[in-house]
Amino acid sequence: MYEKDGEKYFVVDSHMHFWDASPANWVAGHEQYAKGWIECFHAYMGLGPPETHWPLEKFYKIDEDTLMRDVFEDGYVDVAIFQPTYLKEWYRTGFNTTEQDGALAEKHPGKFIVNTRFDPRDGDAGLKELEENVARWGSRGVKLYTAEWREGSRGYTLKDPEAYVYLEKAQELGIKNIHVHKGPTIWPLDKDAFDVADVDHAATDFPELNFIVEHVGLPRIEDFCFMATQEPNVYAGLAVVLGGLMHARPKFFAKVMGELLFWVGEDKMMFGSDYSIWEPKWQVEQFVDWDYPSDEFSDYPRVNAASKKKMLGLNAANLYDIEVPVEFQLPAEAEAEAGAPGVLGVAGVDEGAEAKV
Amino acid sequence: MTHESEVLEALGTVRDPELDEPVTALGFVSSCTVSADGDVEVRLRLPTYFCAPNFAFLMVADAFDAVSSVAGVRHAEVVLEDHFASEEINRGVAARAGFVDSFGSLAVAELDTLRSDFVRKAVLAGTDRVCRPLLAAGYTVDELAELALGDAPPSADRTRLQERRAELGLPADLGSPLLVDAVTGEAVGPRALPLHLRRARLTLVNIEANASVCRGMLQHRYQTRGQGEMEEVR
Repeated sequence: MYEKDGEKYFVVDSHMHFWDASPANWVAGHEQYAKGWIECFHAYMGLGPPETHWPLEKFYKIDEDTLMRDVFEDGYVDVAIFQPTYLKEWYRTGFNTTEQDGALAEKHPGKFIVNTRFDPRDGDAGLKELEENVARWGSRGVKLYTAEWREGSRGYTLKDPEAYVYLEKAQELGIKNIHVHKGPTIWPLDKDAFDVADVDHAATDFPELNFIVEHVGLPRIEDFCFMATQEPNVYAGLAVVLGGLMHARPKFFAKVMGELLFWVGEDKMMFGSDYSIWEPKWQVEQFVDWDYPSDEFSDYPRVNAASKKKMLGLNAANLYDIEVPVEFQLPAEAEAEAGAPGVLGVAGVDEGAEAKV
Repeated sequence: MTHESEVLEALGTVRDPELDEPVTALGFVSSCTVSADGDVEVRLRLPTYFCAPNFAFLMVADAFDAVSSVAGVRHAEVVLEDHFASEEINRGVAARAGFVDSFGSLAVAELDTLRSDFVRKAVLAGTDRVCRPLLAAGYTVDELAELALGDAPPSADRTRLQERRAELGLPADLGSPLLVDAVTGEAVGPRALPLHLRRARLTLVNIEANASVCRGMLQHRYQTRGQGEMEEVR
């Protein structure tokens, strides 16, 4: 929890990791990819405040105590959601698997939610593995990398019939939340890895599932926003937006937030630190203090403490049925006051009403 | 004899397709050398090891074409450094092979469609750049719908918008409507205009945010300035 100016924030970190990218875990013959991947992540850390930067050696792999301190003791996080990233072609035991996450989560009951993953190209074996992971770790969400290359396949789309089989299975197993990585990825050759059109289709056909587009589709925020306005079950994962822009590029951060608030709305945006790319501490502190820097942004929806409570924790708590102590909940009147200007604004534009541009 | 400045000027016409900025201004040109005999070597660098290879290929190929066309250049070599697909891209461009040839079965199509999709985004972003000052000056949305491109005051942004529209075969002369659909080229009427302008701004914000992340990553990766690199407007 975080408290500032008499306001109490319940913090759910909806996107974090516990990885092993140490050289000992690099696959022989693929070292350059394993190295390139983690160095790229490390460069992202460079966009945070200088005092939060780590040397690469620490960044390769951290121990459990460091994670628990950075995220829960210092980082204000109440509940953290693990999003796995396997990359077994480059990392011998995987970069960040469900098992690695789950083992830590078991030691700290109530602190973590362990999401798993699937890949529709895994066929029946993958369906079985999904079932086992859900049973073993109680997963209520999955993280998907649609653009991941594998054995000559250049990724998949959520529109593929095989993907629908998996989505149906996931739903049957009690999975509610589908986190889709649309953003900087592994082998994005000719297929546009950032295309979000497939999420649009799946979201329409699976109205009971929630689709969280991670990194808000960066670098295709415009396509994501336009799609998200039309799908009630599509959400924005803010990992990288806060970490990558809030400190390093405050003006562009304000613009991106303004656009997201307008098109997607504060009820559908969720904080994620992307730890250990960035620590949650400074992100939570800066975000609670954040407002538009000048009048230049006066036609974007306003934000207040209630908006930030939703984005920092209440929205994700809602998607994951996390119990929020009453002192962190929004009073009904506060909620009504904060409203959802983004959604209303877009409806107004659609109807051809006068719009501020 | 060819001077480095001429080669850099030619490289200034090569754009990052996603960011719609010259590779020189973005700091992507790490070095550019010209021998007395007109042999040119250009080295390019990108913000990350995993930057999308399709866009990387376009930039290297465009740079090769731009440098080769400079008067007095006998031989041009363009090398992409520190990228997971450097080898394939450098070899493919040097052999003047297309993207499909360079990547074999890994790539199913050439990149023309991808490129034109991004020029359309550049048209939308450019629309915001040109229209925002007009709105700030008091034009209403309805009035904008009546304007021709030439009614916007001359500016670098207007010229750039004209060029991008021309590239796509959209109406681009100063007498054509200020606001056109980036796919059909039809004038955008007053009813559709508020949403069109909202999308234009969103598209520009995306490009700006993306460019600022790329620049931040590049600065982290290389502490040196690129040839012709321009200071970022933050």
